[in-house]
Amino acid sequence: MRIGVFICHCGSNIAGTVDCPSVAATALTYPDVVFSTDTMYACSEPGQDAIIQAVKEKNLDGVVVASCTPRMHEQTFRRAVERAGLNRYMFEMANIREHVSWIGKTKDLNTNKAAELVRMAVEKLRRNRPLFAKRFETVKRVLVIGGGVAGIQAALDCADGGQEVVLVEREQSIGGKMAKLDKTFPTVDCSSCVLGPKMVDIAQHPNITLYTCSEVESVGGYVGNFQVTIRKKATYVDWSKCTGCGLCVEKCPSRKHPDTFNEGLCTAPSINIPFPQAIPKKAAINAASCIMLTKGKCGVCAKVCPVKCIDFEQKDELVTVDVGAVVVATGYDLFDWHKYPQYGEGRYKDVITSMQYERLLSASGPTGGHIKRPSDGKEPKNVVFIQCVGSRDRSVNRPYCSGFCCMYTAKQAILTKDHVPDSQSFVFYMDIRSPGKMYDEFTRRAMEEYGAQYVRGRVSMIYPQDDKLIVRGADTLAGTQVEVPADLVVLAVGAESARGAVQLGEKLRVAPDQYGFFVESHPKLKPVETNTAGVFLAGACQGPKDIPASVGQGSAAASKVLGLLSKKELESDPAVSRVNPGRCVGCGKCVQTCPFGAIKMIEDRFGNPKAEVIDTVCQGCGICTVTCPQGAIQLEHFTDNQILAEVNALCPPKMFANFE
Amino acid sequence: MHNIAYYPGCSGQGTSTEYDRSTRAICQALDIALTDVEDWSCCGSSPAHTVNHVLSAALSARNLAQVEAMGMTRVATPCPSCLSNLRTATHKMKDPDFQSKANALLDTPYRNTVDVQSVLQVLAEHVDPEYIKSKVVNPLTGIKIACYYGCIMNRPPALMQFDHHENPMAMDNLMAAIGAEVVPFPLKVECCGASFGIPRGDIVHKLSGKLLDAGRRLGADCFVTACPLCQMNLDLRQGQINDALHENFKIPIFYYTQLLGYALGLDRAELGFEKLCVDPRRALGKIKQPAQTR
Repeated sequence: MRIGVFICHCGSNIAGTVDCPSVAATALTYPDVVFSTDTMYACSEPGQDAIIQAVKEKNLDGVVVASCTPRMHEQTFRRAVERAGLNRYMFEMANIREHVSWIGKTKDLNTNKAAELVRMAVEKLRRNRPLFAKRFETVKRVLVIGGGVAGIQAALDCADGGQEVVLVEREQSIGGKMAKLDKTFPTVDCSSCVLGPKMVDIAQHPNITLYTCSEVESVGGYVGNFQVTIRKKATYVDWSKCTGCGLCVEKCPSRKHPDTFNEGLCTAPSINIPFPQAIPKKAAINAASCIMLTKGKCGVCAKVCPVKCIDFEQKDELVTVDVGAVVVATGYDLFDWHKYPQYGEGRYKDVITSMQYERLLSASGPTGGHIKRPSDGKEPKNVVFIQCVGSRDRSVNRPYCSGFCCMYTAKQAILTKDHVPDSQSFVFYMDIRSPGKMYDEFTRRAMEEYGAQYVRGRVSMIYPQDDKLIVRGADTLAGTQVEVPADLVVLAVGAESARGAVQLGEKLRVAPDQYGFFVESHPKLKPVETNTAGVFLAGACQGPKDIPASVGQGSAAASKVLGLLSKKELESDPAVSRVNPGRCVGCGKCVQTCPFGAIKMIEDRFGNPKAEVIDTVCQGCGICTVTCPQGAIQLEHFTDNQILAEVNALCPPKMFANFE
Repeated sequence: MHNIAYYPGCSGQGTSTEYDRSTRAICQALDIALTDVEDWSCCGSSPAHTVNHVLSAALSARNLAQVEAMGMTRVATPCPSCLSNLRTATHKMKDPDFQSKANALLDTPYRNTVDVQSVLQVLAEHVDPEYIKSKVVNPLTGIKIACYYGCIMNRPPALMQFDHHENPMAMDNLMAAIGAEVVPFPLKVECCGASFGIPRGDIVHKLSGKLLDAGRRLGADCFVTACPLCQMNLDLRQGQINDALHENFKIPIFYYTQLLGYALGLDRAELGFEKLCVDPRRALGKIKQPAQTR
């Protein structure tokens, strides 16, 4: 075999702490290496051309590049060796940047380690064999999980691009958090007026199938061919008949459970349509509070329903769909501020969240758009906003900035003045973070035109005095303590990952970060991709985002889906498991351990049980290879022999020492 | 029957003898046997730790070593300031380096085996409230009480590990158990001004005045406290506060142990109501007489 080795400087990223020419010289002493050189940027066009030229001139049949992580450039170099006429699997990469130069400071040790990693790559490459990808067709349908503004945008863009879309939403209506907002910053335009038409488009688009009150139960398959099971939760209403007339909602005698759409500010009937613009506009029964479902008698809704669509016997239903790609747009949840004892832990009714305040401001909210405080319904004059409640605070494990609270607080201060002209807003803040088009101008307007008093400091306690709440905090600019008598306190609660995000991530094989937000494939260059092919991210499920950013990501994810599904066929990764039938004893252990159901039992022509790998389902994880007691199942491109060769290259057997 | 070492603290011998006496009386009535720490000495109080942490810990540890010598593992003190010092010493001496430095100052090294609690914590966590209820002969029906814990009984939370550091409820629950109406006093853990009473009386007047004002707004007939210094600032200095703030507070400030003893029907001589500066008779008069004497 004739192997060529290329040691990349990566500018000074590697060459700064690794002696690249010396590594190249050492590599030339390794078995089968006939050519070795160092290069400034192996991934650049001249760098790749040099590799191709060397393959042709030196008649190489294998290439090792020592540079950055394979996550970054393995595909780049595989394509390069392919252009040079080799099989793309006759290539190995040694990571001497992330694993060497970036983590070690001592040049001698780094150089030595880099040489050893190159040696391992050479030894593996000596045992590589050409592999050929299979081609398979893709299902021209996409699943969008989550019907907030990001999911709505992704679904509409995919549908307009000609793909069939299945949109799954956990709640009764799509719209997400945006549907609850009164106005949006920095234009102060009506949230539901902007979102409403898009929600209607979802309902009316011929390419979109909408499942609300539904959750993803399980996901199988692989890019281009996912099998998804959706659980349609029982609503106890036959939606094929329900006209959304609302008669049942009016007559329902059980009206005590908190209205979740209105953030618990009021109660809701047990059979309900959450808000006037709900899509689909269908009623659903809350089983936990319905008198009929809990006590077995009532049935008023069934009696008044003009189309007889109430069905107390309804059960959850499972629907299975095949899709080619998945867009995850599950959004975020609000931080539970009760973790902060200094805000009263819920003892004071007039301490509310920013989302509750949105509902008080909204014309379709429980107060009809008049600001009335929860305790006594009075119109507040002094309103105190406290920012960073559950943001930028390590003590509650929320060290990150939620990004949008400074802006919505400014908006709420402006709206407060609009609603109650003789009111005064106070905003306790840490820093004002308003990067974005017209954003900083907006926060300035809140201060300068609307007279909101911004106090830089944290609040240490809230306590009641007569019918006021005294908010005590620090004014760090004046260097003093301040106490503000407030009629209403609004907590700018931060964002946290949506409940159930981690469990959904497990089903989709998308990793959450330590706070439950999904991890993108590359923080800069692949913001909507995940490390699972065919699964894309949009909106705040990846990290807190405001509406424009969420919409942008919805469209970005849709364009990735359209690009993927525009190909008639996809290539499968040939690095999958392979059974040697001669060694297989048919014990079936591999079938049990395979997490993807990619191995099945067959009978050979003598009737003996044998394992067989389904190429397109196998993800190449290798669990079966360590399970097999016979060593009969091997992962292509990562066979036992290849891995042991790498180990031996790193720790050469010292047997000869015994014969000294 | 609980057997607990008892560390009275210096104020129990002086400014708060009624706290010490009533504490001993209610513990006896509730079957908690208190054994005084033999030859106890000052815990270090505020001065020691402002000068030297090792010295402060050693002063406290000397007393804890005495508890060890008595073969006991739990010591209770009525005073939050003593509690804070004793617990801080215990905490700091978990560091072997610090422990050896502090022990170098002592004749008998402290092995750090003693659990330090306030008497309030003992009552709240080791005595069944139903048992206390069953012992009540004069339920405090009719009196409205504001429970004031002071700043250090529960804080810092990681050190004190008792009740809630912003909204403690131990005294509230105890007072409710003996029949009193407890007002939702929001300034439970606010500062009374503490030892500023001597160098900067104006600070105490302002801070303690705020506490009294909050209690009055809620219609409290009296306060109960668990801290000799808080009690002194609110009670002894109430006249000064009235002068400074042009107010007319007449709110008696009890130790919780005094009212607990009253409810348990203990000998008045043991409870020391006569030691209070603000006359408590009007507040005590609010208590409805029990049914059997009617």
